[in-house]
Amino acid sequence: MNVRPPGEPRRIGYLYVLPAFVVYALFLLWPLLHGAWLSLFHWDGLTVGTWAGAANYSQAVSDPQLRGAFGHAVVLLFFYAILPCVIAFVLVSAMARTRPRGLTFFRTVLFLPQVVAMVAVAVAWQWIYSEHGPINGTLRLAGLGGLARGWLGDFDWALPSVGLIGTWVEIGLAMVLFLAGVQKIPRELYEAARVDGAGAFREFFAVTLPGLRRELAIALTLTTVAALRNFDLIYLTTSGGPGNATKVPAYEVYNRTFNTGEVGLACAIGIIIAVIIFAFTAVINRVVEGRP
Amino acid sequence: MTSRAERLTTYTVLSLFAVVAVFPLLAVVSQALDLPHLSFGAFSEAWRRGHFARYLTNSLIVVTVVVVVASVLSILAGYALGTMEFRGGSLLFYVFLAGLMVPTEAVVIPLYFDLRSVGLDNTLPGLMLPQIAQSVSFGVFWMRAYFRSAPRSLIEAARIDGASSWTTMRRVLIPVGRPAILTMVVLISMWTWNEFLLALVIINSNESRRTAPLGLSIFQGQHQTQYPLLMAGALIVATPVVLVYVFLQRHFIAGMLSGAVKE
Repeated sequence: MNVRPPGEPRRIGYLYVLPAFVVYALFLLWPLLHGAWLSLFHWDGLTVGTWAGAANYSQAVSDPQLRGAFGHAVVLLFFYAILPCVIAFVLVSAMARTRPRGLTFFRTVLFLPQVVAMVAVAVAWQWIYSEHGPINGTLRLAGLGGLARGWLGDFDWALPSVGLIGTWVEIGLAMVLFLAGVQKIPRELYEAARVDGAGAFREFFAVTLPGLRRELAIALTLTTVAALRNFDLIYLTTSGGPGNATKVPAYEVYNRTFNTGEVGLACAIGIIIAVIIFAFTAVINRVVEGRP
Repeated sequence: MTSRAERLTTYTVLSLFAVVAVFPLLAVVSQALDLPHLSFGAFSEAWRRGHFARYLTNSLIVVTVVVVVASVLSILAGYALGTMEFRGGSLLFYVFLAGLMVPTEAVVIPLYFDLRSVGLDNTLPGLMLPQIAQSVSFGVFWMRAYFRSAPRSLIEAARIDGASSWTTMRRVLIPVGRPAILTMVVLISMWTWNEFLLALVIINSNESRRTAPLGLSIFQGQHQTQYPLLMAGALIVATPVVLVYVFLQRHFIAGMLSGAVKE
């Protein structure tokens, strides 16, 4: 890695960086440090807090409700990251040898869910999952009316239902990434593989998979982060319910501050989310770049 | 050569997923406008009852200020970090870069208490400043990459002509860097327009300062299952970004997919 920026030494550089750094330090770095500090106290947000040490962190991993929230995050990780990446990867691999026309159009449409405000996404999906929405309509039409239900209000189905909204949002992102990557794989590699008598299976492992490593890393990073930063969708569709069925760490940060008055605990959960995101990003990038 | 069957499969798969991607969005449009009859009844009722004129204005103000300030700060810092050498320069860059990975969830609660203690809660500046900080983190990363990739010969030619560092940036590199700057501007606009968690926490009691997404969530709470009204609200909130996206999709996609790329 080339760490030294090109160009000669210039002290005036500090002056250019200063304004950006001041705003960044005051409104991002400081709140982050302040959050880490607050996470060491028992505090209800009103009265004087008392020193807690690491108690909030140990509560975050031992409290059954919070463990449940982290468990839900793992389930959502499957729906937000694994499922879209696997489906998109398999599909794009299947079309690796064709160079379809109209790709710009498909890319624009597939990527659309990424730019729509989550509030609007939530409204649309609440209707889709509702008692008289299209899913139940289709089930009744197929004579499976017994399966119809309010999906987001169902104890067993609420979490996977929310997860599938995540799949819907992220799958286009993964497809667009892989489509771009697969176009860059030289066609000669596929022809060579054919000449060598490789079947579709070997072609996949010998040509497509290595050619898309980088895109796979980016897709996994972006979707994993999206799965952990999903406060908006949970708050807007289920508010963690029914019961605790869809509570996730991102939602608990808000819930524990404004509903139960456990500010220190909420800050600890926020810090844990940040640490998990840092760790995930580092690990995914290392694994894919083949460094130890 | 690829066979007809292969091409057919490709188009089938792409079309299927395109339909899945647009179906919920078409549902929003069709119910909001009561298609195919085309009636603006739900739309105008939502507009009025949801106070969207005011909330859209607030959103527009917030986006404009955040984009202008964050872009200027990012260009200045990115220019220095990308073309000059000074002690601690790369450390500073990594500090900015780390901000890309800090989730809003980790800073929103302390921000709430900090802003409240200085009287900036329930104000638009209180909502703008944290978003400028978040945007600067991406902007510095993005603009530094551009300034680093700009041809050295351009910078050296300007220097030989006696241009100061300021003139070099202002007259040579910024004009050439318009596409990179445009990408940054559309991304910051979208993120700021769509931001929900910060608005929810910071604008917690002052109705007249709500942004459009926050306004829609309140509206949603008041009209639980009146889907035509809710869909009209969703259409109002989502349309501005979608319109810009349709015209500048290349910039959106390139920028958003670069966010995770490490050097």
